[in-house]
Amino acid sequence: MATTLDTAPIYQTDALIAEDIDAYLESHQHKSLLRFITCGSVDDGKSTLIGRLLYDSKMIFEDQLAALEADSKRVGTQGQEIDFALLVDGLAAEREQGITIDVAYRFFTTEKRKFIVADTPGHEQYTRNMVTGASTADLAVILIDARKGVLTQTRRHSFLAHLIGIRNIVLAVNKMDLVDYSQKVFDDIVADYRIFADSIGIQAFTAMPISGFKGDNITALSPNTPWYQGKPLIQHLEEVEVDNIADQAKPFRMAVQWVNRPNLDFRGFSGQIASGVIKPGDVVRVLPSGKTSTVSRIVTLDGDLAEAVAGQSVTICLADEIDCSRGDVLAIADHPPQVADQFEASIVWMSDEHLIPGRPYWLKLGTQMVSATIQPPKYQVNVNTMEHLAARTLELNGIGVAVVSTDKPIVFEPYDQSRTLGGFILIDRMTNATVAAGMLHFSLRRAQNVHWQALDVSREAHAVMKNQTPAVLWFTGLSGAGKSTIANLVEKKLHALGKHTFLLDGDNVRHGLNKDLGFTETDRIENIRRVGEVARLMADAGLIVLSAFISPFRAERDMVRHMMPDGEFIEVHIDTPLAEAEKRDVKGLYKKARAGELKNFTGIDSPYEAPENPEIRIDTTKLSPEDAAELIVERLLA
Amino acid sequence: MAHKLQAYACMSKEDSMTRTLTHLERLEAESIHIMREVVAEAEHPVMLYSVGKDSAVMLHLARKAFYPSPPPFPLLHVDTTWKFRDMYALRDRMATESGMELLVYQNPEAVEKGINPFDHGPLHTDMWKTEGLKQALDHYGFDVAFGGARRDEEKSRAKERVFSFRSANHRWDPKNQRPELWNLYNAKKSKAESIRCFPISNWTELDIWQYIHLNDIPIVPLYFAEKRPTVERDGMLLMVDDDRFPLRDGEVPVERSIRFRTLGCYPLTGAVESEAKTLPEVIQEMLLTTTSERQGRIIDKDGGDASMEKKKQEGYF
Repeated sequence: MATTLDTAPIYQTDALIAEDIDAYLESHQHKSLLRFITCGSVDDGKSTLIGRLLYDSKMIFEDQLAALEADSKRVGTQGQEIDFALLVDGLAAEREQGITIDVAYRFFTTEKRKFIVADTPGHEQYTRNMVTGASTADLAVILIDARKGVLTQTRRHSFLAHLIGIRNIVLAVNKMDLVDYSQKVFDDIVADYRIFADSIGIQAFTAMPISGFKGDNITALSPNTPWYQGKPLIQHLEEVEVDNIADQAKPFRMAVQWVNRPNLDFRGFSGQIASGVIKPGDVVRVLPSGKTSTVSRIVTLDGDLAEAVAGQSVTICLADEIDCSRGDVLAIADHPPQVADQFEASIVWMSDEHLIPGRPYWLKLGTQMVSATIQPPKYQVNVNTMEHLAARTLELNGIGVAVVSTDKPIVFEPYDQSRTLGGFILIDRMTNATVAAGMLHFSLRRAQNVHWQALDVSREAHAVMKNQTPAVLWFTGLSGAGKSTIANLVEKKLHALGKHTFLLDGDNVRHGLNKDLGFTETDRIENIRRVGEVARLMADAGLIVLSAFISPFRAERDMVRHMMPDGEFIEVHIDTPLAEAEKRDVKGLYKKARAGELKNFTGIDSPYEAPENPEIRIDTTKLSPEDAAELIVERLLA
Repeated sequence: MAHKLQAYACMSKEDSMTRTLTHLERLEAESIHIMREVVAEAEHPVMLYSVGKDSAVMLHLARKAFYPSPPPFPLLHVDTTWKFRDMYALRDRMATESGMELLVYQNPEAVEKGINPFDHGPLHTDMWKTEGLKQALDHYGFDVAFGGARRDEEKSRAKERVFSFRSANHRWDPKNQRPELWNLYNAKKSKAESIRCFPISNWTELDIWQYIHLNDIPIVPLYFAEKRPTVERDGMLLMVDDDRFPLRDGEVPVERSIRFRTLGCYPLTGAVESEAKTLPEVIQEMLLTTTSERQGRIIDKDGGDASMEKKKQEGYF
């Protein structure tokens, strides 16, 4: 007894539209918005359910329906019946493969609410897409095929939904038509799921028996499941509370996006309110500086507001002229968020290139963009079994917990209190790709508790006494390029000119400070980080530091560059072609590497990333070491 | 600290100031947030302005986002010389009202060859719009271009990110899109790449109309029904907007009460017969109608099922 389209229950909104359009518009205008995701495996009927929701809420037009009917017969999997999945599977490639491969967003409206659905794929390799879709959702619909019960994928989807902080979870036991609408099947699945949900900390969920294909318990309670006492799916979606309300009850926070300064008489701070409520007269604090002022106006094109709430984009004026710019956070003065530079966080890795612990990435949180490094994960979570596994890195779709350090303090809140001030992305500094998403748990030390020793003798005073401008000359190049030779000559010349210098090279550092480090990628990064820190301290002492290290990776050289004040880091590329360096082979290392006796040798089986815009480039095939040193000294003292 | 937190919770409960934002308020706030992120992070942004209803909403949102400053970027109209006359009139008026610079770009090669929709078929869109857009972006060196595309318009758009990256030759790679989480947008890119940014991605056609209605946003009068000279051709109702329209043997323009659901080049844009003269009437017709918005456009139909996806990969907006 296939339910045909003619008899399928259709969600009606038409009456008012035809009879009184003004009344309809009035009611539509006041609808709220619910964003949700649907998660399920390839065959759980996810696309069919979304197609059904669109169809039942009249979001499918005649021309689309005609195309759908034709397609259903041509490539559909439902015989002569309408294949709703075809409505949703957008990209040409997907339609050929018959699967959904990316996050897609769909829209529909009922009498009470507007909905945005993120349709996310069920394949294991696409964890990142589900996390992406879930990040903006108020609710998750987790689909289960009634014939199969709770599967590995179900556990994975639930874990991810919970990880990303979705509080409203609907367990939709689908394809009930294929198990004769059996209550026992349904009850067994729910009981099974409850055990699992408890184990990962999901406190509540709403279970319902449905058929996306036949339309049972979608818009109305189905006569096929008289034993089901709950609401139909759409009614549940219409009535569940949206996160926006909960956010308003929290203390006021707004990340400043842009300073609005049309003329000298107006200075406003534009942003979207992350939480709380704000009124003129409220005392706010600018973080991280901690300065306070009073809100004087809340400005919009439609006139000043008497009050603004979480979710709104506004421009706030303050009574006092205090420093505040993009990246700062405005917060209610008596209850500000924390400021810190080291955190424990959950990280979802989203790139084909695995995490490299110790390498600096850009971290964007709210409107703050800082440089951050990640320590080797404390553990990785097996998303199928929830086991904690030891891990040295995170691969694509890997989820782990690790310590994150930022190069300067950031304003934050734990993710479970604020998605806006607790959620972040990591960006690769070379490719600019978004490589990971993260959720801050807590700070490991508060920046305000780190007491920098107040220094009465400043770095300027050190430099003045030595009558020189401190600098770090960073020599980089292949093994055997001539870095140490030229750096030595430069130091001699500077010394002769009465300059105070110090030369750091592989030998004097590897034998002491860094003797615990080997030559793996991670160790080489740590080696450079320590050298960078030492160079910085010496520059603080007023010295001209020369460092001669292969330092093959751009990211690490940039990391050191960012440790120094602007202009103090001078990158010197000793540019010798590989063939030439190998021909010289002063220490016989290339021969060993070619023979396979040395692993990870730069230029042979490990890459050298040449600087793109070094301050100084020395072509050793054209300049003698003596001339090169002369040139560098001239440039340094110019 | 814990004590303070409790005190705070109590206070806000007593005040009970909470209110649910409507879907339009949430969409508006999201679009404004996106535009401000672009202005804060891009070097040389521009807003593509096509004079249609989506552009009208996008421009209004930009004015809200930066008020009292004027939006800190120019408007760019990639012109085909074949738009409706009413569109050119509104374009110039809105540029003046918003205080923004208006840049009009016409592909010089298309100008020279006299490319038109009557004689050149699909080449018309390729040269004026797809090529014209790429040329304009390169010519002015814009790194981010706002566009008014919506995810509900078309299947391949449903999957596109808000920040959509284009290679140096303006191609879109749907399999290699950056994940977009929360409201965090990664606008970092290499010099040669550019970004198409879609701040009204999550709006539907109904949202657009309702927002225009609520905010009294000026739109081209062609969206409202009026008696206009038309001919019926290949199953479409075309308006004879000027004397460049070559009438076929036996064709005589007929006055019909028509309006447009979507606006483009007048010889390529099908009208619908209608009596809807006010916005609520237009919305009413839209809600009771049974065909989708893009049906009136010829462009989606050539190349079969995946034609829009193909055009987008080639650089069409």
